[in-house]
Amino acid sequence: MDKHITAPITKEISKSLRSGDYVYITGTIYTARDAAHKRMYDILAEGGELPIDIKDQVIYYMGPSPAREGRPIGSAGPTTASRMDKYAPQLLDLGLGAMIGKGKRTPEVIDAIIRNGCVYFAAVGGAGALLSKCITSSEVVAYDDLGTEAIRKLTVENFPVIVVIDSEGNNLYETAIKEYCTEA
Amino acid sequence: MVRSINVEEITRNVKEMCIEANHYLSPDMDAAMKRAEQEEKAPLGKQILEQLQENLKIAAADMIPICQDTGMAVVFLEIGQDVHLEGGLLEDAVNEGVRQGYTEGYLRKSVVKDPLIRENTKDNTPAIIHTRIVAGDKVKIKVAPKGFGSENMSRIFMLKPAEGIEGVKNAVLTAVKDAGPNACPPMVVGVGIGGTFEKSALMAKEALTREVGKHSDIEYVKDLEEELLSRINGLGIGPGGLGGTTTALAVNINTYPTHIAGLPVAVNICCHVNRHVIREV
Repeated sequence: MDKHITAPITKEISKSLRSGDYVYITGTIYTARDAAHKRMYDILAEGGELPIDIKDQVIYYMGPSPAREGRPIGSAGPTTASRMDKYAPQLLDLGLGAMIGKGKRTPEVIDAIIRNGCVYFAAVGGAGALLSKCITSSEVVAYDDLGTEAIRKLTVENFPVIVVIDSEGNNLYETAIKEYCTEA
Repeated sequence: MVRSINVEEITRNVKEMCIEANHYLSPDMDAAMKRAEQEEKAPLGKQILEQLQENLKIAAADMIPICQDTGMAVVFLEIGQDVHLEGGLLEDAVNEGVRQGYTEGYLRKSVVKDPLIRENTKDNTPAIIHTRIVAGDKVKIKVAPKGFGSENMSRIFMLKPAEGIEGVKNAVLTAVKDAGPNACPPMVVGVGIGGTFEKSALMAKEALTREVGKHSDIEYVKDLEEELLSRINGLGIGPGGLGGTTTALAVNINTYPTHIAGLPVAVNICCHVNRHVIREV
């Protein structure tokens, strides 16, 4: 079913979402992909503090193309989430509210989603031009030297995502495929 | 007669082709995507394919890359042996074209200088260049920027000859199944069968640049392409991996002679943003 939510996302909201829901997000989300995750992971290992307060935040696995003059951002679709699987459980345990990406997650990430009552959304891969229209502002807030991989704070309006893994661990990638599989 | 071509002409074309490939799908891919939207049975799958149509319209109208992963620039060059290239080194000219295209075209710089040290080169160079000397006095350039969501899901299988055609089918289906939603389906599947380890991979890559809908000239290979496409679409993966009847738009297979002891099979997967621009200078 179609739902409209705001970000940051409370546990109450994330627990109300079900695998297969079509969700429009409005509010503030953060981008981080491979290099930013590695840095955050290393900082935590050294006992340091993260550059952003991730409590209840939504992290979008995305590295945009450069913005043309007068636009907030360039093409801005999701990247493959599995490359962040090594880092995600720790961030979820530290209070991260939700993740937006595309593709499968490991059992360890799914366990951390259930344990913390979080949610994993997919945005449509390869629809970066369309998705950029739902982003009204973008500001680099950490790791500027990483270029496209810097951490950005985005303001989004009715940003369309689909709940793939909900807080109970239901996984749309598994259930939806069965329905249309005819190959033994 | 030797024909002289200044490499500046290569640079200019490569630059324009990088920008073109990242904003407009080729006519064959465009037609395949429209057909998929009509034929998809799953409601969510259809909705995703409609969004991808909308995405293509916005990309072209507003000059926003179709996908933020504007790829690593793969460039195939077929150089006529009657061509004399002047004005600089050919590979430098290609890389200069990539540099200008990615910088002036607002394309994402996704290349790191060293695979382990991972510092961005900031201009998307170097390109991956494949050069072949052919007959004639022209240079054929194919620019195929390749995204890594799907590249990461590509595989090479060194099969035993005894595994035969069934082994090949299993290899392709395994690669596609494992790729699932990660490769941004609907995908195009490039397959190289035969040759050596590296030859099979190169054939699989080049197969992705074949016009979608155009089959192999070899009868049994054409049959194999059709059977595999139909079985891949029976996997149920669907658009975005969220279930449906459109998982692949095409399976393109290239073959080559191989060793008595071997049966290499490479599967290079491409997402629905299967970019390729071809020009001849």
